[in-house]
Amino acid sequence: MARKSLALALISTAALGTLAAQAKAPTTLKSVDVTLPRSPVALPDGPNVAVVRDNCTGCHSPEMILYQPTMPKPAWEAEVNKMRAVYKAPIDPKDMPAIVDYLTAVKGPK
Amino acid sequence: MRSTSAMADALSRRNLLRQAGVAGLATLAVPAWAQQMVTLPLPGGPGGRPITTGFPQKGAMILQRTRPPMLETPFEVFDQGVFTPNDRFFVRWHWSVIPTQINADSFRLAVRGQVNKPLSLSLKELMALPHIEYAAVDQCSGNSRGFFQPRVAGGEWGNGGMGNARWTGVRLKDVLDRAGVKPGAVQVRFTGLDKPPVADGPQFIKSLAVDHARDGEVMIAFAMNGQPLPLLNGFPLRLVVPGWYATYWVKMLSDIEVLDSPDTNFWMKTAYLIPDTPHADMQPGQAGVKLVPINRLNPRSFVTNLKAGATLPAGKPASVRGIAFGGDTGVKRVDFSADGGQTWHAARLGKDEGKYSFRRWETRFTPKAKGALVLMVRCTNSKGEVQPAAANWNPSGFMRNIIESTPVTVA
Repeated sequence: MARKSLALALISTAALGTLAAQAKAPTTLKSVDVTLPRSPVALPDGPNVAVVRDNCTGCHSPEMILYQPTMPKPAWEAEVNKMRAVYKAPIDPKDMPAIVDYLTAVKGPK
Repeated sequence: MRSTSAMADALSRRNLLRQAGVAGLATLAVPAWAQQMVTLPLPGGPGGRPITTGFPQKGAMILQRTRPPMLETPFEVFDQGVFTPNDRFFVRWHWSVIPTQINADSFRLAVRGQVNKPLSLSLKELMALPHIEYAAVDQCSGNSRGFFQPRVAGGEWGNGGMGNARWTGVRLKDVLDRAGVKPGAVQVRFTGLDKPPVADGPQFIKSLAVDHARDGEVMIAFAMNGQPLPLLNGFPLRLVVPGWYATYWVKMLSDIEVLDSPDTNFWMKTAYLIPDTPHADMQPGQAGVKLVPINRLNPRSFVTNLKAGATLPAGKPASVRGIAFGGDTGVKRVDFSADGGQTWHAARLGKDEGKYSFRRWETRFTPKAKGALVLMVRCTNSKGEVQPAAANWNPSGFMRNIIESTPVTVA
């Protein structure tokens, strides 16, 4: 009996496998409701970290900064300027030097 | 159709600050879904990335960025077959305000602009049009950007910013014909439901020439690999532009606008430009280079069953296999070298799933002497275009397609 059930189970598994391999596209779509996770990565401590958190991580999580290659101060200045001028990040101009100092300290040449 | 607070059209500065503050608190403890790490071999680093299982409808992915989501396919997935499973398919968004709820009944696709009859199509109406289906590689313009030398800023992908799926949908041409494109139309512009979190940030929109849009191949897809698209891959509808970079494959497609003049929006005129040179190659700092919008994929090929640093036994036949794609045309041949590119032999090609698909290749060779070997693989597409021996470079990190090298040890 147990053997028979096992055999049946194997057959149905095989049948499902075949179905999955030849899956026909859906003919209707169902509504979707999902939740996106929060970042597991924090900005490391450094000069003015709070200024960077306030000005930068509203639009993107910290990985965007931390996974960049090492870049010298002028390159970080250019990046922050691009975020403000091109992508319209609402950065107060007086915060710019503090942000660039942090980025250079954390992600600049050692 | 839209979710609650995150879907406000624009976040005020105060809201940005609040969101940032909460994110800061939430990151003090690393959750279980992101504790495993992977190291991408990016020159100069950093290569460490969490492996995440925290994203809806997605399996284990390399976390490049949580918000806006950017998830890389772990490279071993490409060894498992030529079709990339939906739950391992790469993800990349430009802006963070992405609807997390889509109502399939109330969703509408608008067709407007230079048309005789503007349309507002329900999913049911759209899916009642004739269906087409084909396999096609979807690859980010900046796939492999992290390997550029000198390095360039941007999303620092390894090689997993690409995937291949069997797409099902309706012809864009059929939808445009239903609306009736007026004479004088020059481009068709595509907009999705994603939005910038800042009031005047440039919304992500892309355009194709009207003849391209009406070529009968460009598709409005409602399924990939026989299933609805995962939300992060563009549910319910995304544009599929076979043979062209993913930047044109607009996700959560909700608006099609026929234009009577060339699109000058930021994402066409300023971003996603490449040098108009062979292999989109230029020198760092080179001035006066003509730039054009990125367009067709170029050929690439990869070893998938051996990792860099693998050990092979001397005197024993070794099997090597991988994937190749021709770009905007099929794979003509794949050549393999076990001596760092001095001699090459043709690999055996696997089943042809269509000219826009990944194609499996495999070969065998017997390493003779002990020591270091460099394996190389080179795709030639059916137009005769070959992968270059030297890496291209451009400031945006686009279109890398150098012949890949896999160093191994024979022991």
